Amino acid sequence: MSAHANLERRRQAIYGWLLLSPAAVLLTLFAFYPSVATLWSSVFSRGTRRKPTEFVGTENYADLFADPTFWIVVKNNILYAGVTIPVSIFIALSMALWANGKIRARGFVRTAYFTPTVLPMIAAANLWLFFYTPGLGVLDQIGSLFGLPSVNWLGQPETALWAIIIVTIWKEAGFFMIFYLAALQTIPEDLKEAADIEGTSRWTYTRRIVLPLLMPTTLFIAVNAMINSVKLIDHLFILTKGGPSDASKLILYYIWEMAFAFFDAPSAAAMTIMVIAVLGIVATIQFFYLDKRTHYQ
Amino acid sequence: MKSLTKFMDSFGAILLAIIWIAPLLFAFWAATHSTSDAVNLNLFSPWTFENFRVAWAGAPWLKYFMNTFMLVTVILIGQFVLTTLAGFAFAQLQFPGKDYVFILVLMQLFILPEVLIVENYAMISRLGLFDTILGVGMPYMASAFGIFLMRQSFKGVPVELHEAARIEGCGLLGILWRVYVPLAKPTYLAYALVSVSTHWNNFLWPLIVTNSPATRPLTVGLSIFGAPENGVDISIISAATLMSVAPLLIAFLIFQRQFVQAFLRAGIK
Repeated sequence: MSAHANLERRRQAIYGWLLLSPAAVLLTLFAFYPSVATLWSSVFSRGTRRKPTEFVGTENYADLFADPTFWIVVKNNILYAGVTIPVSIFIALSMALWANGKIRARGFVRTAYFTPTVLPMIAAANLWLFFYTPGLGVLDQIGSLFGLPSVNWLGQPETALWAIIIVTIWKEAGFFMIFYLAALQTIPEDLKEAADIEGTSRWTYTRRIVLPLLMPTTLFIAVNAMINSVKLIDHLFILTKGGPSDASKLILYYIWEMAFAFFDAPSAAAMTIMVIAVLGIVATIQFFYLDKRTHYQ
Repeated sequence: MKSLTKFMDSFGAILLAIIWIAPLLFAFWAATHSTSDAVNLNLFSPWTFENFRVAWAGAPWLKYFMNTFMLVTVILIGQFVLTTLAGFAFAQLQFPGKDYVFILVLMQLFILPEVLIVENYAMISRLGLFDTILGVGMPYMASAFGIFLMRQSFKGVPVELHEAARIEGCGLLGILWRVYVPLAKPTYLAYALVSVSTHWNNFLWPLIVTNSPATRPLTVGLSIFGAPENGVDISIISAATLMSVAPLLIAFLIFQRQFVQAFLRAGIK
């Protein structure tokens, strides 16, 4: 009997590793090895024809910290995250409350909110280009009705990043809405009835009952929005290319530019390591804080 | 009072909805009118499909469509196979080291492929897959997210079914294929919708790995077509944009409920 159990255990171990191996190979090739290789190349100098690469320790990082563009990009990305995360969460929540309520044309409203989610960021950027173009764009046309002067939204440092931020919010709010919608549908009807009997105002009901019950969803969305604030940069390629004078440049775009336009792989690697560190912190927060609240099976 | 707030609710919701689809509506307007009529918002100007014709002739769109279609298909097949096998191993088999490997897999959820573009590019070149559709798809096939999703779904399968199939003489892979896979159909559908719409829309990685019209997906093709140095005007860009989003958008409008359910199922896990 024990020999049989032993055999079964060995069989499971062999099968387990066999079934895992294809995924393990690809994960190693495209996640684990590249992570280590990035760390490795971030501590070596950039090789040239005359000078081979050599170990430089933290020099690439020091160079990066001394690079004013790096700080502009970091500041931009913090502003980008700081605005897009709360605003898209707020809009998503309003959308969900409306789309869940008894309003007219609910089907149309839901579809309209969700539609940007299925569009590629590149297409979204093209659509918004029509809004932002100076002189011809829709925003300027509307402005001119009120006698406002033409504004080059994408071409001036004060507004370029904001124009980018608006496109991002437009793109992701509808996506976050559906998570709120699902959560709202799990709130029992009796709570609303009880609140009505007590004569609670709608605002109090929303603030004291609905919002606390939506807290786990909000955290889940916040983590997603944080990841998006690193990831969503495609529209920069169409709208501003990070300009004017780096005013709308974000970290991932800068990494791309470093690596594929300036061919400075060590700096790109150092920056990548920092991004991974930040994402790791987010992951840890989620692991210890969120997991307790969201229910896995 | 009550009916007033109700009216305000509907009003606000519909106003926001109109603002939200305005960019699409304007693009549609621009694409179906001549450039000068479009920018002047001349409401009574004649409709035209000339922009679509010019846009279509301006780039190998059919090839781009085929490339995108091939790309999402290759990724989806790869993902289905890999995540099914790995998800089953994690859900139903006991073997030493399983928990450590699972944590390693979960770590990949936060090391986004987007962040590792430089080293992944080096890896793809080393494998000789630069400028191939397989090269664009490969980094996404062993999706940690998919493995997690499949594991969750397989864990929900009752043990009795597994045992029954075993007594009937079914091997382990037979059980996976005959019992687990059919029961996970809704998860596969949800995962497929999320995967297809993600990779249909992906841009940065294909931009780096592709270098010719023979492999370039729609998003990259669209960005090159609309580049300012090509000097195409807003009506034609709008027409090209609408053309390239049309298949996914129409699919979404038809299968809207499934789409939303899919994203929910995939997101809430």
